[in-house]
Amino acid sequence: MLKLNLHNYFLRHLQVMLYSLGQLWRTPAATTMTVLVIGIALALPAGLYVLLKNVEQVSSQWEEASQISLFLHHDTPDQRGKQLAEQLLTWPDINTVHYQSAKDSLAEFRQLSGLDSLLDTLPDNPLPPVIIIQPEAGQHENEALHSLLDRLQSMQEVELAKLDMEWLQRLRSINEAGERGISILAILLSLSVLLVIGNTIRLAILNRQTEIRVIKLVGGTNAFVRRPFLYTGFWYGLLGGAIAWLTLLLTLLFISGPVNRLAALYDSQFTLNWLGGQMFIALPLFGLVLGVLGAWLAVGRHLNEIEPT
Amino acid sequence: MIRFSEVYKRYPNQHEALSGLSFELDKGEMAFLTGHSGAGKSTLLKLIALIERSSHGQVWVNNQNLTRLTKWKVPYYRRKIGLVFQDHNLLHDRTVFDNVALPLIIAGENHREIGRRVRAALDKVGLLGKERSLPIALSGGEQQRVGIARAVVNRPPVLLADEPTGNLDPDLSQEIMHLFEQFNQVGVTVFIASHDLELINRMSHRQIKLNQGRLA
Repeated sequence: MLKLNLHNYFLRHLQVMLYSLGQLWRTPAATTMTVLVIGIALALPAGLYVLLKNVEQVSSQWEEASQISLFLHHDTPDQRGKQLAEQLLTWPDINTVHYQSAKDSLAEFRQLSGLDSLLDTLPDNPLPPVIIIQPEAGQHENEALHSLLDRLQSMQEVELAKLDMEWLQRLRSINEAGERGISILAILLSLSVLLVIGNTIRLAILNRQTEIRVIKLVGGTNAFVRRPFLYTGFWYGLLGGAIAWLTLLLTLLFISGPVNRLAALYDSQFTLNWLGGQMFIALPLFGLVLGVLGAWLAVGRHLNEIEPT
Repeated sequence: MIRFSEVYKRYPNQHEALSGLSFELDKGEMAFLTGHSGAGKSTLLKLIALIERSSHGQVWVNNQNLTRLTKWKVPYYRRKIGLVFQDHNLLHDRTVFDNVALPLIIAGENHREIGRRVRAALDKVGLLGKERSLPIALSGGEQQRVGIARAVVNRPPVLLADEPTGNLDPDLSQEIMHLFEQFNQVGVTVFIASHDLELINRMSHRQIKLNQGRLA
């Protein structure tokens, strides 16, 4: 008997679920508009989140490439510089070193800057010899890196030890700010989705006041009256989430060409990762939760007001 | 089956619809509730259907004290009361079958049982061929019979009707009243508010007459 009741119960839920979908299907224009609003509202924070994750991924690649430039005193002889470089190579927290004499530096600068004739007018080489150090992998945590930097700085021959990472820290701060901004945006847009669904359901309730009164007259409980509206919210949310996913897919497909070309120009292995699988679950699920919640709030507010008279 | 004991109903605008009303209806009885407009007929039926609650006094239906019934128990109570209205209260976007099936769907009956009982109820009111019609395609008398089929489909022990023949011509009214008699003959307590005295007087059932919220 209980089994039969349970069976009836699920069957009824399934019926209401399909009935709600059918109702939406019968008003395609209104449904499409609502679903699009929800979809766009969800796609925006999701898209920004994907973008942010990609920036994080790129910056972590760059972090691997963080290097220290050791500018030696001007008058350090080449021999001493090379010796120093070899000495540094034995340090456990240094991976590779590259010694670049003042002459090499000038040659490189000449090649890169194209200021040939101007450089020729200089009386002597203004550039110092440099040792470029690649820290050992795993030494990228701020503290370890800074201790290494301090030790290098305190060496007698070293004029300046510069960690080429400040820009990375700036990027990271920008990322962090972006993350918070996106969180707030996501919260606000979720709220607006909630309101859109709530308002749509409210109108549906007002349109069906007569029906609700009749249902209550023949013994319908609040739960029975509420159910189709909750499933309407469910469908709005689910379809909105699916639209958001599709919007994300198309947008990223649209920009992936140029982005990958850009990455290739920088000689990077980077390809745009759009978190498709994760978003495929997350967006519809999130939309669905918002949909049911919005419907619940709307029905809760109006259900008690509509009583048979 | 239905018992009123010193029942008062006062509306917020100070209008007193019922003043100290007491009467009793036996199980299986059929009675008419008469009186001119504004005498309190509708209010009385609304108290039985728990659409309104009394300001004072007790209402008992089927050994249940309605004054003590909590709000969330009201739906389950209403499933044991069949209600018929003057304006039918049908859902116009659903077929006759779906309208009649509504109380059974609400009660959670299974599919096969719903089909069986809806057809039995429609057969009883003589509308078996109109299952698939929309109410709008039916005449006034037919719509009222759909309303009656919906009221009796889950076999309630009490059937209430508020001016069920109000919009019908004399022949159809007679037909509808006969239908109510048939339900009464199988044991249903029937209580009908009507001001069609000519018709009522031709039928030999008890009459409860109201005048300004009291028994007249």
